[in-house]
This record gives sequence, structure tokens and C-alpha cells, in this order.
Amino acid sequence: MLSLPTIHCAGCISSVERALNAAPGVLAARVNLTLKRASVDAEPGVVADDLITVLDRAGFEAHELDPGALAVTGTDRTGRDLLMRLGVAGFAMMNVMLLSISVWAGADDATRDLFHWISAAITLPAIAFCAQPFFKNAWSALRVGRMNMDVPIALAILLAAGTSLYETAQSGEHAYFDAAIALTFFLLIGRYLDYRTRAVARSAAEELAALEVPRVVRLQDGQEDTVDLSEIVAGDLVRVRPGGRMPVDGEVTDGSSEIDRSLLTGETAPVPCGVGDTVQAGEVNLTGPLTLRTIAAGRDSSLHALADLVAVAESGRARYSSLADKAAKLYAPGVHIIAVLAMAGWWLGTGDLRVALNIAAAVLIITCPCALGLAVPAVTTAASGRLFRKGMLIKSATALERLAEIDTVVFDKTGTLTEGVPVPENSADLTGVQAACALALAQASAHPLAAALAKDLTARGIVAAALSDVREQPGFGIEGDHSGTRVRLGRADWVGATGPMPMLTATWFADGEGPPVALRFRDTLRSGALQAVSELRAAGLDVQLLSGDSSAAVAALASEAGIDTVRAGVLPAEKAAHVAALSDAGRKVLMVGDGLNDTAALAAAHVSISPASGLDAARVASDVVLMGNDLSALGDAHRTARRAVARIHENFRLATIYNIGAVPLAVAGLATPLIAALAMSASSITVSLNALRVR
Amino acid sequence: MEVLVYLIPVSLFLGALGLAGFFWTLRSRQYEDPEGDKRRILNSEWDDKPKPDQNSGKDA
Repeated sequence: MLSLPTIHCAGCISSVERALNAAPGVLAARVNLTLKRASVDAEPGVVADDLITVLDRAGFEAHELDPGALAVTGTDRTGRDLLMRLGVAGFAMMNVMLLSISVWAGADDATRDLFHWISAAITLPAIAFCAQPFFKNAWSALRVGRMNMDVPIALAILLAAGTSLYETAQSGEHAYFDAAIALTFFLLIGRYLDYRTRAVARSAAEELAALEVPRVVRLQDGQEDTVDLSEIVAGDLVRVRPGGRMPVDGEVTDGSSEIDRSLLTGETAPVPCGVGDTVQAGEVNLTGPLTLRTIAAGRDSSLHALADLVAVAESGRARYSSLADKAAKLYAPGVHIIAVLAMAGWWLGTGDLRVALNIAAAVLIITCPCALGLAVPAVTTAASGRLFRKGMLIKSATALERLAEIDTVVFDKTGTLTEGVPVPENSADLTGVQAACALALAQASAHPLAAALAKDLTARGIVAAALSDVREQPGFGIEGDHSGTRVRLGRADWVGATGPMPMLTATWFADGEGPPVALRFRDTLRSGALQAVSELRAAGLDVQLLSGDSSAAVAALASEAGIDTVRAGVLPAEKAAHVAALSDAGRKVLMVGDGLNDTAALAAAHVSISPASGLDAARVASDVVLMGNDLSALGDAHRTARRAVARIHENFRLATIYNIGAVPLAVAGLATPLIAALAMSASSITVSLNALRVR
Repeated sequence: MEVLVYLIPVSLFLGALGLAGFFWTLRSRQYEDPEGDKRRILNSEWDDKPKPDQNSGKDA
């Protein structure tokens, strides 16, 4: 399974398939343009890396996907199941409508009874199959004594079908089979739309996770072999190359390096580590290769231990009841009381239970539960589609509703508001020769600070000096020989720097003449961060910055971004506590964060967003995933969410207006199946069209 | 009205035919890649005979 982010046309499909089919060992390859993926059937010996090279030569960017993480989308059972029910309901509805129209047109006596019986024969099995999702939902809500939208829906369908069957048996005039099946059909459309929207977002989010194929280099009897992370057990020796992420919790047995813990703690400054130190899964190895003895892997590792914290924090969010359920709480008792009163009234008035039952069914059908069932999914589908095109994946069904309610935004700093990539601040302090030597040293190292320095110096037009005997001391720095003088770039104590240390991340350059030069680095704001902050503030929200980094670094960045409320040096548990305290004070908090240290806070917040560059755990804990590098979509997301919720309320009002018009008719006994069918279709179409205005 | 005896079964049969067709499209996974399929039409490859489909009938 390969991800192909750049394909977009018919030409791409055929060239990718041709290239893959031509590759040795490939049995069959097929591109899915909707998902931008290629699935390849190959002989056992073929590795994904070879195919990626093949595609690279053909001019396509490709990444390996972990099929295990994609299992849910691969066999999309629920989606096909819903589609199947939708198809059956559509078929049944069309046939029953044909029969109903002839009844409305004036068929009577035996013909009418025959048509009713045929309708019943089509409708009853169709309902038994198609309306199952509603029955199941309604039952599970009723069993725990709660009310949701599906309770009145299921009741209306059942009562309509039941009374119609009774009427038909009595060769009565009115049967509501068409209404019952049309109701099912319209509601299934809403259900399917809702499912599709979230399935698209979920599969994109899963793809992010699947891109990180969990492969580990295991050392066994001095031999390196690449295995799946799941095969690693405590005690195994694991090799981590520079730039790699620690796959397990472990103790360093060989090598020395520096590690970047920013995803776990929010601190940007690299931490030195050597033999005997323990490292945690999720940290990034920067300079030298390390060999770890595994202490805990997979589910036992500290990465997963945080899941408990997340589960505790999430219980608060489960209390949120969606707008649809709130509407159902108001709507359901009202409608049911009216229906029962109408029935009682007619029964007492005429003494005819059959008429009374008919009236009750008419009331339940004509109150348009289908408009109410469509009101929310139609809007969220339209709004999520709009946000999806802007690079936001809405994972949770109620995320938009919650996003519209927020009044406080809490940002994490490292990797969220900033790129997480350092930029040298004062490289101009180096003199000509120093700069040339520094560039030569920096180019020889894979350390992120060195890489940033090399990029900066090259951009300023400096040409690297010729050095000999360049050696990297993992965990300390890099040194070389420049026409007889030793030049070093690295940690302060290693190059011999003394005196006050700068507060910010720094590396030092020394050439043996004069004191070493400190090169300070700072994190740059993500593109669109300023725009996002100013837009959110303009919308009247309180924007705060919360970071585990040192206060100097945080304060500098906060003033650049225009954020007043700042807290630095915060531990992961304190972040969650801060968010929880805000929630207790009645605030609705939007948390934006990317790291492991944010996950608990993300789960505790009213609604949460994490960038695609974040850790998998953070993405899982948040409701919305932000693709791409640009934060400016945040302001728009908030606006869209507010608009969507306004539309949802409008839709509820529209449905209510229909009810106010139709209910008296039904109670008065004037509602025929024809009127019920018209009212239902008209209200559904109005609601759907209104929803499309969000796009 | 005797004509109904033929017409109703005929209409039901036609409807059932459509439903069976829909089931077939669903089973042969024709809704998996709407975006790609609509572009494949424009491609002149496989115009004379259908491409042997690796995905039909079995779970990929």
C-alpha cells in the first residue's frame, strides 16, 4: 500500500500503474485516485522502498503506508451496509409511491385494497431491513433512560406501518406505507451523508498514522535486522539512527548523542545523553547512533501510559449532548403528548378507536421527524466539506457544534504555534573566516542546529572553508582542522566557553583565538500563526499560550504573536489542570497542541485541534486535525463552525414552522397520506437547500 | 382493469432488476474510487477490452 500525495489526473493514474506493473516482482497494481493511494500485489521479496524508487524515477512522490493502520478503511463495511439499506429503501419507496399515486388518483374498492396489500408486502420487509439503524439507536437510548432523535423516528415508522397494516386489513381508506418508507429513505440519506463526511476525515487521519510505519532495527547477536515494532519485547537491543524517533522506552547501552524531547515536554533545547541514560519512546535522536536496551515497548511504554490520563480527561467531554439530541429532548415529548391527546380526544369524541389511532399516526408522521433528522447531518456535511478543502479533518461528529461555542483558545508553543525548527539569530557575529569554517563544520553534521546554521550561512552567500580531519563527537559537537587551527562547533563546555549562558537555545563556535562565539537560535512562528491569532482575537476570544519551554523563549514568542496571557514551564499534568480549571470556571476551551505533553489537555478541552505534524497520540486525542503547515485556517474554521450552527438552528426553526402549520391539520383529522407525503418532502428539501448555503 | 394483473408484476420485476443492478455495483466495489473512475474514462488504455480487475470478488 503506497500513498501518492501528488497524483491528480487520468495521466497520473496510467503512468503510475504502468511504472508499477513494469517493476520486477509486481503482480498487479491499482491506483485509487479518490484516496490518492496505490495498492500493489507483489511477490514476497518485493520491498516498498524499491517501488518508491521506481515511482520517484517516474516523477511521483510516494510514501509507504502501514496496511495494519488502514484496516478500518480497507474494508469499509459500515459504509457499504448503509448504502445497501439506502438502495433498498429507495427501491421500495419508488414502487410504493407508484401504487400510492394511483390510490390518491381515485382507485377504490378491491383495487385500492390490492394496492395497499402490495404496498404492505413491499414496505414491511423493507422497513424491517432498512430502518434497523434507527431501531437499534432508539433502543440503546431508551434502555439507559435517555432520549435521542431516533426514538420519535422509530416510533413514527413503527406506528405508521402498524396502523396502515390494520387499516388495510379493515379495507380502510388511508394507508401510510409510502410515508413510512419515505421517512426511512430520507433519514438514511442523512445518516449516510453524516457517515461519509466522517469516514473521509477518519481515513485521512488514519493515513497520517499509517505513514509512520513502525519498523525497528533490532540487534541480535551483532546482526542488524529490521522488524515490526510489535515484535520487540523488553530486553531487546534496538538501534536508533540519528534523526530517528525512539521506538521504545529504553536505557542507552552504547553511543552518545543529543535528544530532542520537545514532543514530550515542549522544551526545544536538545538534551545530551550517553551510556546509562534512559530515553522515552517518542523522543528524537539527533546526533549520534544509539543502541538501547528495551525497558518497555508498545502498550507498556510511557507513550501509551499517557492514554490513561487521556481517558480520564475525556470523560468530561462525554457529557456533551449534541444539538440534535437537545432538539429531540424538546421535540419528542411535545409531539408524543399531542399525538396521545389527539387520539384520546377522537376516541372520546367518536368512540371509534380505529379513527383515533389513525389520527395519532398522522400526527406522528406529519410532524416531520425527517426534517429534524436531516437538519444536523446536512449542515455538518456541507461545513466539513468546506473545511476539508481548506485542510481540516473533522473527526468527531459534534466537533463543529463545540467549536462554535468556544470563548477561550489555548495554544501550545513548540511545534504548534511555531515550526519546531530553529533559526539562528545572530550568525552575523561571526567574522568572515569564522563564518566560512562554521559553515564547513555545520555542513558535515546532521544535527538540526547545524543544519539550520548551514542553511542560514549559505543563504547569506558564504562559501565553506576547506577543512581537513573533520570529526563529529556525538553529543558534543563537531571539530575540524583549518590550516593548522582547531575549529569547533558544539556545546558550551566542550568548546571551552565560560561566563553567563544565554537563556535561549544556542550552539558555540570556537577557533582557538579569542573567546568562543555563542550562536543563539530561536523558533519561528508557523506561517499563518499571526493571522490565526489576530482573527481569533477579533472574534472576541481569549487567546492564551501554554508551554513547557523556558520562560524567556516563551515570552519572546508570545509578544511576537501578540498573545498576552502566557504560562511557561508547564508540566503535562499542569496543562490538563489549567484547561480543566478554565472549564470549571465556565469557559469553553479550544486547545491547539501537537505533543505528547498536550494530549491530556487536548482531551480535557471542550474541543481540540492538532497539526498533522504532531504526534499520533495527539492527533488521536483531538477532534480536528490540521493538514499542511498553515495555521491561518483556524480563524476560518471558527467562523464556519459558527455559521454551521446558525444554519442548524435555522433548520430546526424551519422544521418547527412546518409543524405549526401541519399539526392542526393532522389533529383535526384533515391530513391525508397525500398531504403527509407533500409536507415531508417539502420540509426535507427546504432543510437540505438551507444547509448547502454553508459551502 | 384486468391489465393490472400483468402490469403490476412487470413494474415490480423492473424495479427488482434495478435493485439487483445496484447490489451488483455495490458488490463489485464500484463506489470505492469515484474520482479515479471518472477520469479513467478519458484514458485510451483498455479501450478495446476491460482491464483484468484485481479487486473484484475478493477483499483486497
